[in-house]
Amino acid sequence: MLQRVLQPLRKYSRIYDFAQWFYRRHAPEPGTIVLTQRRVYVLPSRQGLVFGTSMVVMLIGSINYNLSLGYVLTFLLTGMGVVSILHTFRNLARLAVSPGRVDPVFAGEVAQFHVHIENPDRHDRFSLVLTCKGEMVSCDIPAQRVGVVVIRQRAQKRGWMPLERVTLETRYPLGLTRAWSYVRPEMRALVYPTPDDALLPMPQARPEAGDAISVGSGSDDFFGLRTYQPSDSPRHVAWKAAARTDTPLTKVFIGRAASELWFDFDDMPQGFDTEARLSRLSRWVLLATQSGARYGLRLPGTQIPLGDGEGHREACLRTLALFERA
Amino acid sequence: MQKPIDLPIHRFSDMALLLAGLALSAAPHAARLSWWVSGAAMLFFSWRLFIAWRHRALPPRWLLLVLTVAGMVGVYLTFRTIFGRDAGVTLLVLLLSLKLMEMRAPRDVFVVVFLSYFLALTNFFYSQTIPTATLMLATVLLVTASLSGASAPSRPMAANLRTAGSLLLQASPVMLLLFFLFPRVQGPLWGVPQDAYSGVTGLSDSMSPGSLSRLSTSDAIAFRVKFQGEAPPRGTMYWRGPVFWDFDGRTWRPGGGRLRPSLRFEAFGKPVDYEVTLEPHNFFWLFGLDLPASSPPNARFTSDYQMLSIQAVRTRIRYDLRSYTEYRTSDGNGEEEIASATRLPGNLNPRARGLGREWRRALGSDEAILRQAIEYIRSGGFEYTLQPPLLQQNTVDEFLFDTKKGFCEHFSGAFTFLMRAAGVPARVVTGYQGGDLNPVDDYHIVRQSDAHAWSEVYLQGRGWVRVDPTAVVVPSRIESGLASSVPQNTVPLIMREELAWLRGMRYNWDALANKWNQWVLGYNPDRQRDMLSKLGVSQPNWQNLAQLMFWSVAVVLGLMAAWLLWKFRNHDPVQAAWLSFCEKLARKGMARRPDEGPIDFAARIAPALPDTAGAAREIANLYAALRYGRTPSADGVARLRRAVGAFKI
Repeated sequence: MLQRVLQPLRKYSRIYDFAQWFYRRHAPEPGTIVLTQRRVYVLPSRQGLVFGTSMVVMLIGSINYNLSLGYVLTFLLTGMGVVSILHTFRNLARLAVSPGRVDPVFAGEVAQFHVHIENPDRHDRFSLVLTCKGEMVSCDIPAQRVGVVVIRQRAQKRGWMPLERVTLETRYPLGLTRAWSYVRPEMRALVYPTPDDALLPMPQARPEAGDAISVGSGSDDFFGLRTYQPSDSPRHVAWKAAARTDTPLTKVFIGRAASELWFDFDDMPQGFDTEARLSRLSRWVLLATQSGARYGLRLPGTQIPLGDGEGHREACLRTLALFERA
Repeated sequence: MQKPIDLPIHRFSDMALLLAGLALSAAPHAARLSWWVSGAAMLFFSWRLFIAWRHRALPPRWLLLVLTVAGMVGVYLTFRTIFGRDAGVTLLVLLLSLKLMEMRAPRDVFVVVFLSYFLALTNFFYSQTIPTATLMLATVLLVTASLSGASAPSRPMAANLRTAGSLLLQASPVMLLLFFLFPRVQGPLWGVPQDAYSGVTGLSDSMSPGSLSRLSTSDAIAFRVKFQGEAPPRGTMYWRGPVFWDFDGRTWRPGGGRLRPSLRFEAFGKPVDYEVTLEPHNFFWLFGLDLPASSPPNARFTSDYQMLSIQAVRTRIRYDLRSYTEYRTSDGNGEEEIASATRLPGNLNPRARGLGREWRRALGSDEAILRQAIEYIRSGGFEYTLQPPLLQQNTVDEFLFDTKKGFCEHFSGAFTFLMRAAGVPARVVTGYQGGDLNPVDDYHIVRQSDAHAWSEVYLQGRGWVRVDPTAVVVPSRIESGLASSVPQNTVPLIMREELAWLRGMRYNWDALANKWNQWVLGYNPDRQRDMLSKLGVSQPNWQNLAQLMFWSVAVVLGLMAAWLLWKFRNHDPVQAAWLSFCEKLARKGMARRPDEGPIDFAARIAPALPDTAGAAREIANLYAALRYGRTPSADGVARLRRAVGAFKI
């Protein structure tokens, strides 16, 4: 009932529309964002204003000196300026922006937001400039193609970093007008805590912890060779043997798998705050992965069981990134 | 696809394009500029090109500053001002050349491009012919392509040229509307500099030996005439210009003709109605057939039948006239005037004076003296030539008795002198004689080479009578023009008789130029009012014009926008229907993921759509079949559209 009363009101309430539009503009939009005509704004650029002033001066000159061809030239250029507004608008309107891949990064690194821009029309788009918090990137998108643009943003702190509002603008073809639109695709980058740069090694397996079991005598005893797999650490590549056989080989050590480590949030020097602890843990996770150890993570409230490999590493880092102290 | 934003100074091809455009708009100025300015401009152009080619460094700023100051001082020293037309153009060329030397970023390209638009405009101060217009169009095209290149640095030159061309093409309807509808004001808005109208050829306000034969080599057009009905015979086409009374022994000068609102004379025969399109000549004379019976607007007459404009003729003007070629003058016969028509200076030319006195003694009546003088000229062995020998102090004596070779100013001047010496009032009239019919558009063209001088003699009871001593010596000059009256090798190439095909081309070109003059260059407030009245605008005042202009431009732009936005759309109905379906769902927060196929999508959203899951699935299946199926059904598209249309959440 209420809806039925409100509906016609809504239709005429421009302010309501405006408020809706204004607030929604800043919220991230899921899925594909089509730059409809209402979302594209066009105004003259500074050069456009100078151009307009020049036209006025040329017109006055033509009137004063009775230059018929002066009129022709002035009006031709004016017409060109006006028509270029349409072209600038057309260069931006109807593009479809959709989110693409975002790889996790460590805090302090640069996150790369892959944004897909689809040009559905039969004309090419030129000189599209995407600006996000001072970072600029430009691209051309041929007719009926999808372009991938990478927006680079420096990750400041761990956790989820959402993509801020992106200004998509163009001044093509003459630079006299600027058409722009704001998009905010729902994209976020996972930011891991920065590994700290302490020189201390990672903690040794401690027998009293009860979890680390030493298998065999020396943990770094050479056991044999097997063919190289992409995940193998380059430090274990048997370069000499590889040179002889033409196939890359990896040295296998026994006792490696036996090295099992637990990294504990609470097992830190005095005076470490949460971020410092997470940074330390982050470094340990990297070191452990590099050396091929099996490791687990203990955090207040959560625990990640022992494991190894890329998947495990990412799970651990993700946990560290999103850790919230209760 | 992706590239970093770099704002390099141009690729060599971009720079070459910009410089080519600039050079085209500066080239016509080169002949008019001082030698040092042309030299400097050329130097800077080649230097900039070299820098772009070899990626050399630009000159330091202090050097440019020094050069700028030096240039301004140079302009001041050359012109004694830095304002005015010529000084302004010189300054513009210099500043543009210097700006080139500090062009680094794209925003500098904008400055250079805008300045070269100005430079293109300045060319029209000097020439508004079709070739100039074509050249400036080329300039605008090249320079605009550079502008386009600055905002899309990755595109090849050919693509930029295409863009600029299509933009200019699309701008032309707007240009035409603005050109015809923009409320015209008759300039100038304020005083234009003195040098604005220099360098026009035409008759001058005095006549001395050589002044008309100099004109005879110019085939510039003096005016064009369109006769209504049949043109009068060529022999009667005397276009009256300045009339001279005072002679100082060498130069004839105008006397003090009094101003009148109209002419008084007795007319005989049929009137001739015609329209004259007069080229600017920087003086006040308006040319008409002897003698005009009507008056153009803003014109006055003098007692010696000159027609004068109120303002100097500095733009091409058009006026309608009615003339009678047979007349008897009954005006301007004041005693004082008659007396001044027999005055002779000092004691120069004694032999001619003697001859005149002798005729007066022997013959007595004015008519008899006139007949005797004509006979003297006819049988005296005179020769009509474009290259008369130089005359010393007693110009009339030397011509009449020694050299006997002259052009029409010699004949008319000497004849008038003789008449005055014999006591018969006489004066010199200059103007044009004849005119070529252009068969292409039926306009008669009167060129500077048709400039002519003749005499008028005052006879009791008959008034002022025209006597053309040149016609006496060479009747063909009057009957068929200059070209047939002098040796062929002295006539301008285009006028020679054997080059008929060349003349044919010339006629076509002239007709085109005439159209150009009438419609483009001659489109002034009057013409605008006429045209709009014909189009049915009842009151073509500026408010109506502005409204008409605004709305018509808006309509044209609207159509163009519709065309631009629709023409290049992807008109795939299947895709369109599917997208509209996806959009409907996306509005409810169920956006299709980019990696999701139609079937999967429908399956994923099915739980959220209790009522319409079936419809959604059907749409997805239809779409998949149409898009990927081997043999899509004939009515599939229609069904898909119907289903999407009916789909509600």
